Amino acid sequence: MVSSLRAGRRWGPLLRGLLAWLGGLALPHAGLAQSKFMTKAGHLTFFSASIMEDIEARNDKVAAVFDLSGGQVAFAVPIREFQFKRTLMQEHFNENYLESEKYPRATFTGQVLDAAQVLKLLPTGTQNVEVEGNLTMHGVTRKIVVAGTIQQRDAQVILVAYFNLAPADYAIDVPLLVREHIAKSVSVRLNVTCDLVSPALTQQP
Amino acid sequence: MKSPFITLGQRGALATLLLALAAPMAHAQADLLGQLEQATQKDEPTQLVEATFKATRLINGHTVQTPGEGTMVFLISHRFGALNSGAYQFFGLDAATLRLGFEYGVTDRLEVGVGRSSLDKTFDGFVKYKAIQQSTGARAVPVTVTLLGTAALSTIRYSDGYTRNALDRTAYTYQALIARKFSTDFSLQLMPTMIHRNMVVNEGEKNDVYALGAGGRYKLTRRFSLNAEYYYLMPGYTADHFRNSLALGVDIETGGHIFQLHVTNSQGMIEKQFVSETTGNFFKGDIFFGFNMSRNFTVKQRHRK
Repeated sequence: MVSSLRAGRRWGPLLRGLLAWLGGLALPHAGLAQSKFMTKAGHLTFFSASIMEDIEARNDKVAAVFDLSGGQVAFAVPIREFQFKRTLMQEHFNENYLESEKYPRATFTGQVLDAAQVLKLLPTGTQNVEVEGNLTMHGVTRKIVVAGTIQQRDAQVILVAYFNLAPADYAIDVPLLVREHIAKSVSVRLNVTCDLVSPALTQQP
Repeated sequence: MKSPFITLGQRGALATLLLALAAPMAHAQADLLGQLEQATQKDEPTQLVEATFKATRLINGHTVQTPGEGTMVFLISHRFGALNSGAYQFFGLDAATLRLGFEYGVTDRLEVGVGRSSLDKTFDGFVKYKAIQQSTGARAVPVTVTLLGTAALSTIRYSDGYTRNALDRTAYTYQALIARKFSTDFSLQLMPTMIHRNMVVNEGEKNDVYALGAGGRYKLTRRFSLNAEYYYLMPGYTADHFRNSLALGVDIETGGHIFQLHVTNSQGMIEKQFVSETTGNFFKGDIFFGFNMSRNFTVKQRHRK
């Protein structure tokens, strides 16, 4: 009796903790739907500046999902949706460089670094963040860290990032003849406004 | 009884706890992407199949391609003399026929063009419209169909005694170009063709000529392809007195230029000439070496959708 009481006292906190954790485990799942933000119409532009010419393209069909509870983020960029001002550039981009028929989309999955701190401060204003994750493009996956900002506005989360990518890192080879036309480092600007996903929607299979 | 150290059981429980905590974190990222793909795939739009061919010409004739809105193409086509014309003519390199052409994409589907050939001093103009576009997705279309209408006016001074007015000197071509891009590398095209000459001079010659063309390309690398093109003349006067046009060549793409190098038994570079007036016998050495060189200019930048 005494010993069992002692044992109860010893296990008590752990059990309570376990229960609390289990409760907590259930909570984020219930809350998951409320904390997920999604869009299929994010904006991404890239810009290549070289001495020969400037190349710019815009994509307005970027899909993104942001999980506020854990600070995870995922993007899917349909390569074919990049709009160039010059039709031939667009054709070459798809046919020769990104090979969009073979690799129709670029994806990124990442985790906001220091998520707990960032997410705690998020209601107070725009947060500067770093996101670490895997970028898959043209069949090549690389780990990258991207700096950007996150802003929460009522039922929306706005993600903004500005970073550089080297085409060579993603096995995008540029023929010698046009090497001077395409920048070694291409700047990318991302601006995505995700809307809160209604729980009813997420419950659909 | 109280131990300052946590027991083995407790340690196990802790490890399980940590694992249980970590696992959903790791899963969450992949899961998020899965959800995203699910969400985007649900409304996967119909994707148009682009770049069935590299250029607006296969070799002599047109492809289903149009340059796209606001793009102007300057096309220089060149055929040397016949390979079997001997050393005196430097195997054809002393002689040459030329066509200079300008083409413009009014919209992504509609193209207009003009040209001038040195052969018979011919001016030509054409209208080309991509009526149906091959696509994949929910509403897949198996082929691209482009309609082509051309008019050619020869301004050469004929010495056969007939007088000709401008209409007499005009011929029209109507083509339905039907192409399918089977894979990134392989495309095939069929070209039912009708040519109408306003005036023909020979006994028994018909004004209308019917032909069926077939051609294709195979990409060896991303910027280099093999092309072939053949026009079969439907039985009749023209088929009896002229030859079917055959051409073999390559496309080489370098940035804004496309070079097409080829050998063909036709010296003309417009439909009326190479479909209905080819006289060379390819297998007896009546081979004309030639090239098309096209340069694209962006005249009007596309407004963004």
